[in-house]
Amino acid sequence: MEAMLNRTLNISTSPHITKGSSTDVIMQNVVWALIPVALFAVYSFGMSAFLVIATSVISAVLTEHFLCRISKQESTIGDWSAVITGLLLGLTLPPNFPLWMAFVGGMIAIGLGKFIFGGLGYNVFNPALVGRAVLQAAFPVAITTWFPAFGEGRFTSVSVSTFTAPFMEPAVDGFTGATPLSAFKFDNVTADSMELALGQITGSTGETCALLIILGGIYLAARKMMDWKIPVAILATVFALSGILYLVDSQAYPSPVFMLFSGGLMLGAVFMATDMVASPMTTLGVVVYGAIIGLLTVVIRIWGGLPEGVMYAILLANAISPHIDKMIRPRVYGTTKKKASA
Amino acid sequence: MATGILNFRKKSFKHGVHPPEHKSETNGLPIRQFPFAPVIILPMAQHIGAPAEIVVHEGQEVSRGQMLAKAGGYVSVPIHAPVSGVVRKIANVPTISGKMSPGIYLEAFPYSTQVVEEGMPIDLETATPDEILKGIQDAGIVGLGGAAFPTHVKLKVPEGKHCDVLMINGIECEPYLTTDHRVMLEQGEDILTGIKYLMKCTGAERTIIGIEANKKDAAEHLASLIPEGDPVSVEVVPVKYPQGSEKMLITAILGREVPSGGLPIDVHVVVVNVATTAEIGRLLPHGRGIQERVVTITGPGVKKKGNYLIPIGTPLRFVLDEVGVDEKVSEVYMGGPMMGVAVSNLDISIVKGTSGIVVFTEKEVKRPEKVYPCIKCGACVEACPLSLNPSQLGILAKFEEYDTMAEEFNLLDCFECGSCSYVCPSHIPLVQYFRLSKSIVRKRRAAKQNGGNA
Repeated sequence: MEAMLNRTLNISTSPHITKGSSTDVIMQNVVWALIPVALFAVYSFGMSAFLVIATSVISAVLTEHFLCRISKQESTIGDWSAVITGLLLGLTLPPNFPLWMAFVGGMIAIGLGKFIFGGLGYNVFNPALVGRAVLQAAFPVAITTWFPAFGEGRFTSVSVSTFTAPFMEPAVDGFTGATPLSAFKFDNVTADSMELALGQITGSTGETCALLIILGGIYLAARKMMDWKIPVAILATVFALSGILYLVDSQAYPSPVFMLFSGGLMLGAVFMATDMVASPMTTLGVVVYGAIIGLLTVVIRIWGGLPEGVMYAILLANAISPHIDKMIRPRVYGTTKKKASA
Repeated sequence: MATGILNFRKKSFKHGVHPPEHKSETNGLPIRQFPFAPVIILPMAQHIGAPAEIVVHEGQEVSRGQMLAKAGGYVSVPIHAPVSGVVRKIANVPTISGKMSPGIYLEAFPYSTQVVEEGMPIDLETATPDEILKGIQDAGIVGLGGAAFPTHVKLKVPEGKHCDVLMINGIECEPYLTTDHRVMLEQGEDILTGIKYLMKCTGAERTIIGIEANKKDAAEHLASLIPEGDPVSVEVVPVKYPQGSEKMLITAILGREVPSGGLPIDVHVVVVNVATTAEIGRLLPHGRGIQERVVTITGPGVKKKGNYLIPIGTPLRFVLDEVGVDEKVSEVYMGGPMMGVAVSNLDISIVKGTSGIVVFTEKEVKRPEKVYPCIKCGACVEACPLSLNPSQLGILAKFEEYDTMAEEFNLLDCFECGSCSYVCPSHIPLVQYFRLSKSIVRKRRAAKQNGGNA
């Protein structure tokens, strides 16, 4: 009683208990899920890939910290979202990408992709993809110059283009090779599906091993930190559409399995399209959103001028996402019809 | 042995959450009589509606069960003496809302036998529906589940409407609380008597007692008491918060949806809490008024947890002193942890609407939690039992778009169950935003109406 009397009681508003989930913990787990993908990138492409990924992560985190400071806000790097942006950006770049360009990409991803919209939670697009889109426009050659996987001495030496001086175009690398998608696009040669799934191919650092990406996705979905319906909707749409095309003409169109496992589709579907901020909130909305990404990916890959279309497909769907949420609203309990959208 | 109908269902309402139950700590403890406090403090405003009007004077000796204050109108109920003693003072007393209320300080006679006198019984066979309603009001009965709304008002079926189902709410979905559970186990006969009174005054064709699957023993016990052929059944539904809300309960059991802005009677249902029903069954045959109620006192900060029959008006300080409280106590709630109110003053009393006292220590109260921006994860959308969009509403509240919230996003339907705040990973105080927004919208609308009339 005495102890009771001597204490000041706290007051707070209900509910007084929470489920215990936390945004920073969700973000950390996304990072954990991406680590195996990044490790495989380093294993298959060596030192150069490590430097590209590290540079874009450092750039993203520094940019976020710096922008918060100059706008006189508390630094938000503690929420881990900048680390994800940097990691994702690094994983979409060629392993021999010049580091100064990767650094610029990280700055753009955070600055233009997130900060000017108001920071975490307000970004319209997936910030990493904004960074990559700008890099693709600015450095079209560097971003499509590939480096073969499992090269000799990849752990002891780096690509000649890695340390290109800032604002200089990289020297043409002697080891460039075509990705499976560009080989198909320009030479009509498709790669072996097994090699694609296990990452025995060339491509961007983190896009080559579909298996590890899927495992990371399953981990996040099992912990309810990612909406599994998004990648499923995307992959199902791509598979169905390319399957129809393949049935129509198996010479002109690639097999649906090739479509699923090549390029950045798997990484994009599992880790980028699922950006919670830039994707819809309702089940039906998420399915529509995934189907749009799948459709656009197939259209760009097959009829567009570029070998890969996942990035633009996701960015376009990000832009549509708020409208999907506005149009597809669940019926509120006790109302007969949906309210007219605002 | 079981003669009544007992059904187990798989279906429930949409969405909702599953907070840890913590009920096993008290659900096996029988109801025990709590000692009388030396001074009982009775606020006159302890129900929704007009406060009761005091009919005694300072210095007057009163006997237990005597009416101390009469109903202050139709939406109001009288207040009875929970103890024989003397009216020491009539003055304003503190209440949980922070507002003062007119009240009575009643000093108990320490050596009184505390026998309750018989009143005018309401005979089940001969009383008319209106006489039963009057009897319920005279007994001072309000919703004991926590709402404290005068029960006779709720039971009055409006002209042109009819009630086909009387729903007895034995869900008790708040974590920690086991009041209704114990009442169902120990006051089954009173509940069945109460149901007879309620069916007569509402004209309901049948009665359903809704119970969650974590109280199977109570469901089986009640079903065993129901005589064969009675239009009363027990329905067991899966555990899910906030199933104890009238709307969710009706949807879970009958599949009917109460229209937005409407009442259960719009879908021909009247819902009454099970402890309220038991109290009607216990008091009306003797014409007595409420003097005490069952309260679960629990939580990690309580030493002698249990379900206690506590006289109305017992000061909280006395209650906590009797049960013993951990010295690291941080917060005390009246009600459960999902919708209960944190107590700021230990001089408030146990009132008719107090279903539980939960005490948390510093260990359970983690604050301040960092608030992150909304990341549109949709967890709240998946939790809201009304399919509202708490994320969108939260953003609109931040930009003070209160009218848009009400007009386009059904803000006023929100009954503040707290499921959205419970799941939010960014720790956004959504329910608090909505509480504030609702009161602002109501004020604006009232001002508009007054302006129009002037």
